[in-house]
Amino acid sequence: MLSIKNLVKEYVAGKPVLRGISLDIAGRDITAIIGPSGTGKSTLIRCINRLVEPTAGEIVFEGRDVVKLSGSELRAARSRIGMVFQEYNLVERLSVMENLLTGCLGKTPAFNAFLRKFSADDIARAWEMLEIVGLTGFANARADSLSGGQRQRVGISRAVMQQPALLLADEPTSSLDPKTSVEIMELLARVAQQKNIPVIINMHDVDLARRFASRIIGMSDGQVVYDGAPAGLTDDVLKTIYGGQGWLQ
Amino acid sequence: MTSIVPAHIKPFQASPLARAGWVVLIVYLAWAMSSLDFNYARFITGLDNGAKFISRMFPPDFARWELLVKGLTESLQMAFIASFLGVLISLPLGLLAARNLMPAVVSWPVRIVVIACRSFHPVIVAIICVKAVGFGALAGIIALTVASVGFVGKLFTEAIEEISMKQIEAVRATGASFMNVVIFGVVPQVMFRFIGFSAYETDANLRNSTMVGIVGAGGIGGTLFAAFQRFDYDYVFAIVLAIIVLIMVGEVLQLWVKQVFKQ
Repeated sequence: MLSIKNLVKEYVAGKPVLRGISLDIAGRDITAIIGPSGTGKSTLIRCINRLVEPTAGEIVFEGRDVVKLSGSELRAARSRIGMVFQEYNLVERLSVMENLLTGCLGKTPAFNAFLRKFSADDIARAWEMLEIVGLTGFANARADSLSGGQRQRVGISRAVMQQPALLLADEPTSSLDPKTSVEIMELLARVAQQKNIPVIINMHDVDLARRFASRIIGMSDGQVVYDGAPAGLTDDVLKTIYGGQGWLQ
Repeated sequence: MTSIVPAHIKPFQASPLARAGWVVLIVYLAWAMSSLDFNYARFITGLDNGAKFISRMFPPDFARWELLVKGLTESLQMAFIASFLGVLISLPLGLLAARNLMPAVVSWPVRIVVIACRSFHPVIVAIICVKAVGFGALAGIIALTVASVGFVGKLFTEAIEEISMKQIEAVRATGASFMNVVIFGVVPQVMFRFIGFSAYETDANLRNSTMVGIVGAGGIGGTLFAAFQRFDYDYVFAIVLAIIVLIMVGEVLQLWVKQVFKQ
């Protein structure tokens, strides 16, 4: 399904942020990537849909190496990968409905997009999605009028509207309060189950990762230092991932 | 009590360069004024002429109002047509010149075109246009359009360069084509500012359209210049009053547009 081999990313030549990451993702489970700030978690996620250009390595998604794609083939691959962002990244001045339908832009010609002519099927799915996230009444509200939790629900809906085969989430709960964070994680888990797709989530909150993920990848200094079940995430492992131990109680 | 004030670090830093800059500016201004005969005595001599001129302007003479209305109407038409064309041309140019969305090979040539449009005052462009296409409103419209592209094109580019790239990244991540990214990511972010800029440019064109006529490019300016040359200062005053009214109408129009499209 998704197979990353020896992925290297250098923003500055000679200073790799990712130093040979290899991962395989399949099924419909939540995989959480944890690790200290600046260790390349966001870079890894962004390499998968090529928002960041990898320096070397392979990212095989649905049988094709995403790293080698360009133009319309790259866009086709991107449209199969949904992405949820830390700061939601909604188009602030568009309505909630328009933000959802942004998820369908991969298959909508520019002229239709300009006239807001989306297929009846897409619009029906958007209403269905709004119902699922409980924002039906907000369809015509502008995105910047929503609260953080509501915005992230729109962000997830937009990603689901793409009918993706894989969902990426870059610290989806880091800007939210603890209660809303759990709700957002529950929503991501539900979506993964219902749509039968795997979800890869970057996160800072180890407890939240333990609670929702069935697999945890610990990164440190651009490398994978732990890859396994949440149960195996002992204090020793956390020490290797984050370094030090004063913060562990 | 031991002092914790460090001896070698000042709490605020002076900038010798900025001070030198001020000195240079003041010296230059003093030199420029002395060399251009810019002084009080010269001003007093000038006032005498001014008093004569103003006394001949009263009362304003509206006898030839038909000519006045014709000129004003033409100025108004020129301003609107030029603003419309200018904005229309500036839309793609503004996008192509935006460095955050376009590679340098595209943005720089387009920037140079826009800068070239802005380099000359509309009256200078109007002189060239009058030579190229002959006297009349067409020359004025072309001149004002060029000026509009130079100004609005730059503002559009700046607005696009200030958009949030996070929103663009998200739209791009859905697999949207470049045009779709523009339609759903860029346009919503800049739309309201563009409308404001366009209203502002229409207002500027109203003012400029009363001027290009001086060099024969149509509008009320031609009438104004002819009246000046015939020393019909009372008629000049009538024209000036009419232009003020026109500009005020433009101002109201601009306010109204901003009200309607308020964020």
